[in-house]
Amino acid sequence: MLTLNKVSLTYKNGKNAVPALEDINLNIVKGKSYAVIGPSGCGKTSLLYLMAGLIQPTAGEIRLAGKGPGKPQQKTAIILQEYGLLPWKTVWENAALGLKFRNVVGEEAQKILYPIFEELELTECLRRYPSQLSGGQKQRVALARALALRPELLLMDEPLSALDALTRENLQELILKLWRKHQITLILVTHSIEEAVYLGQEIVILSPRPGKIRAVVTNPGMGSKGYRHNQLFHQKCSEIRSILEENGQSEHTSQVCS
Amino acid sequence: MSTQARSVHKNSVTSYIFAVFFLLLGWEILARILNSPALPEPLPALIQFIRIFPQGLWEHFLVSTYRVVLSLFLGIAFAVPLGLYIGREEKVDRFLAPHVYLLYPIPKIALLPVIFIIFKIGDTSKIFLITLIIFFQILVTTRDAAKKVPPASIISVLSLGASRWEIYRNVIIPACLPEIFTAVRISLGTAISVLFFAESFATIKGLGYFIFETWSRISYTEMFAGILALSLLGFFLFLLIDFLQRLLCPWLYV
Ligand SMILES: Nc1ncnc2c1ncn2[C@@H]1O[C@H](COP(=O)(O)OP(=O)(O)O)[C@@H](O)[C@H]1O
Ligand SMILES: [Mg+2]
Repeated sequence: MLTLNKVSLTYKNGKNAVPALEDINLNIVKGKSYAVIGPSGCGKTSLLYLMAGLIQPTAGEIRLAGKGPGKPQQKTAIILQEYGLLPWKTVWENAALGLKFRNVVGEEAQKILYPIFEELELTECLRRYPSQLSGGQKQRVALARALALRPELLLMDEPLSALDALTRENLQELILKLWRKHQITLILVTHSIEEAVYLGQEIVILSPRPGKIRAVVTNPGMGSKGYRHNQLFHQKCSEIRSILEENGQSEHTSQVCS
Repeated sequence: MSTQARSVHKNSVTSYIFAVFFLLLGWEILARILNSPALPEPLPALIQFIRIFPQGLWEHFLVSTYRVVLSLFLGIAFAVPLGLYIGREEKVDRFLAPHVYLLYPIPKIALLPVIFIIFKIGDTSKIFLITLIIFFQILVTTRDAAKKVPPASIISVLSLGASRWEIYRNVIIPACLPEIFTAVRISLGTAISVLFFAESFATIKGLGYFIFETWSRISYTEMFAGILALSLLGFFLFLLIDFLQRLLCPWLYV
């Protein structure tokens, strides 16, 4: 579905060059779910931007299902950190924005959006502005906006990190459900070990900046019933943590997994 | 943004009535203390205003309104698009910023004689002067607002496939609107002051002319009726701007 081949990214800040990502090789398989975890500032957001075609790598290449690299791809939707909703648009307008840019408006847009609002329990607040929503609702609007584009690949940047524990668990269930139902390829960035283990079939562990892939851990138990309370889940968390903590890089993640 | 919205909310009818009452009270007290014919008490001035407004003051009021509104409109129409554009285009800004910074502090009101000579003494010269002055106020504010539009909002619409124009339409313009409205409010005050000055000679229409003319006749209550009319003009335009902001920025009022 998506291949990253020796991808590196260096930001240029005037005279300073900030290497953000180095030698990233990844092969994203259609329909699977991936969690990307790493300390903050290691380049996770940059990696998603690269995958979405929002920025171009300074070296290496990114291929999306045969197509060459280029503009934000029509098959891809990205949910940004802090949701990326526009404060001056209502829930409805925010969710319909991607469709509008593709000239899908009016009844056609309604036909696509209403079932999604229904599914995400948003029908009550379509006329509200983002400032009138809870964190969980904002995240669901961002989901609705992404799903409206019927993406094959959904990229999410720390979608749940600003939410309270209960809302977070509910949304994790929701993401799991949507991933199954819509058969989307999911790539989710997180700094929470638990979340990575709960939602990622494959867990990509990045090193501190410049981010390199330290390991890709397979997580076969993902999605099984009651996984969160299973012994295997906790073993996997410990495994991920010990890889993250190599060279004492633990500050950003140690508090997350019990 | 939200504090601004809240303060607009609180301006209910009752608080306006209170404000009017206290202003009149202050005026009354000041008039009694000073005891000068140049500052009549509010009641005679108001009576005079009500008496002469239908007799001809209304015409001066309309002429002044026309001049201010047209100048504001022209100032906004030129300054806002240009400000948004140079705020978002670094190269253009780097070229234009020095020009703006050199021109902005020039007291353009001192150009009045030049403008009168070029545009003659009709409406054009007055409107041109007001427009010129508020143009720079609105331009600088709009440009600064456009510069600090959150990059996340732009990335957000880019990721949805927005074109250049769609980025302006859906992000940059709405993000800057509240600050543009603030700039327009400030410019309204400036516009009325400049209008008063520009109408003080070489015309026989407008509230500025009326005030100076009654002053020269030492008819102080009439003069005050003119000052009241000018204040009302400002007040109504302020309300109009508030109304437009409610219409165009509904998200600020939720
Ligand atoms: N536009 C940019 N210009 C310069 N440096 C940047 C830019 N965006 C991100 N960086 C730097 O690149 C590194 C990785 O950033 P980011 O991808 O946001 O990390 P993460 O999402 O893992 O916290 C950070 O050190 C950040 O400061
Ligand atoms: Mg990030």
